[in-house]
Amino acid sequence: METLERIIAEQPFFAGLDQSFLNLVTGCASNVRFDAGAYIFKEGAEANEFYLIRSGKVALELFAPQHKPIIVETLGVGEILGWSWLLPPFEWKFFARAVEDTRALALDGKCLRGKCEENHDLGYEMLKRFAHIIERRLEATRFQLLDVYSTKKRA
Amino acid sequence: MSTAAQTDPMIPGMYVVRQVSKETPDTFTLTLGAENGFGTSSFQPGQFSMLWVFGVGELPISISGDPSASGKLVYTVRSVGEATHSLISRKVGDGVGVRGPFGTGWPVQAARGRDIVIVAGGIGLAPLRPVIYEVLKNRDQYGRLVVLYGSRSPQDLLYRKELAAWARQRETQILVTVDYGGLSWRGHVGVVTTLFKYARLQADRSVAMVCGPEIMMRFVTRELLAHGFSRSDVYLSMERNMKCAVGFCGHCQWGPHFICKDGPVFTYEQLRPLLEKHEL
Repeated sequence: METLERIIAEQPFFAGLDQSFLNLVTGCASNVRFDAGAYIFKEGAEANEFYLIRSGKVALELFAPQHKPIIVETLGVGEILGWSWLLPPFEWKFFARAVEDTRALALDGKCLRGKCEENHDLGYEMLKRFAHIIERRLEATRFQLLDVYSTKKRA
Repeated sequence: MSTAAQTDPMIPGMYVVRQVSKETPDTFTLTLGAENGFGTSSFQPGQFSMLWVFGVGELPISISGDPSASGKLVYTVRSVGEATHSLISRKVGDGVGVRGPFGTGWPVQAARGRDIVIVAGGIGLAPLRPVIYEVLKNRDQYGRLVVLYGSRSPQDLLYRKELAAWARQRETQILVTVDYGGLSWRGHVGVVTTLFKYARLQADRSVAMVCGPEIMMRFVTRELLAHGFSRSDVYLSMERNMKCAVGFCGHCQWGPHFICKDGPVFTYEQLRPLLEKHEL
C-alpha cells in the first residue's frame, strides 16, 4: 500500500522539497474522496485546507446575482485546488464541486500555516510553489477575459 | 476541357450548394459541387478559396473538408457580417462562385513520421479539420495525433460528433475545453492553454499546427515553446483582409509577406519578428 509520504513525494507540486519538509507536510495531509456532484467547499465558508487532486475533476463555480451560475475553471489530476487557506480572511471565494468521483490529498491549512510560521524556509518553499500556480492562473484568466472567440465588436 | 475559371485565377467557377449543416447557432458548413462538373475539388489542407455571393461580395474561406473526397468542396462559415450571413443563408441548389484554392497549406507531407499536435480556437478548427482527416486516413504514416481545442462555450463547439469519433481512434488524444461553461457542462473549463498539462506531448518528435484568433496563437505559441517545441516546428495560420488572393492587390500584405500567396500558413520562425510589432 502506498504511504501518504510517498504519494506526496511523487506529486510534481512537491518536487524538490527537502525530506524534512516533506515529513512536515505529510503530518498535515490525509486522503479524501468526493462523489460526483458533491461540494468540496462553498463560497464564504472558512478555508482551512487545500487539495491536491489525484483523480477526477473539480469545477470552480461562480454564482452572481442576475447572472446564470457558471463554471469559471475546472481542475484535474495533479492540480492544486484552493489557496484561500494561505491568506486572511481565510474564506473561500468560489464554490468547488466534484464533476466526477474525485480522490484528493487534503492538506490541513491551519496546521501547515503554523509550520510555515515556525519554519520560514518551509514557508518560502510553499509560497514559491503557490506563487507559480497563481501566476499561471492569472495569465489564463487574462486570456479568458479577452473573450477572443466572441464576434461582438469591441471599441 | 478547361474553363476560364480554371486558367484565370480571377474568374470564379460556378458551384452550387449541395448541403448545408448547422454546426452552432451562428456557424454552418456548406458543401459545394461544381455546377458543370468541371470545377476542381482538390486542395491542400490549410488552403482557402474565395467564395462569391453574387450581389453581396467575395470572402476568403478556408476549406474544411476531407482532401481525399473528390467532387466537392466543404467550408465552415461563421456569420459575422453581411457577406458571411448571406453565405450561410444559401439554400441547396443556390449558386456560389469559387476561386482557388489559394495559399500555402499545413506541412502534412513533411510531418509524416512525426506526432501531430493541433491547437485550435473557435472557428480555427475548420482549417485544421482536413489535417485530422489526412492523419486518420493515413494512420500508419504519422505518430500520435493530439488535438487541443478551445471554444467560447459548449454551444459554440464545432464538429461535436466528429470530435467524439476521433477520440476513439488509436494513438489519438482529443482534449476540448470551453472558456465558460454552464453547470450542466461536464468537460473542461478554461482557456485552451490549460489543456497542455493533460496532453502527452513529445516536443522533439512533434509538429504543431495552430489556428485561431491571433492573440490566442500568441498564448499557445508561448506554451508550445515552454514545452520544448522549436520555432520551426510550430506552424500558424494567419488571417488578414484578402481580396485578390494571388498577391496582386496588396490588401493582405503583412511586413514582407502577402498572406494570400506566401501564407496563410507560416512557421513561427518566419512570423516571430512581425508578431511582436503591434503596429502591424
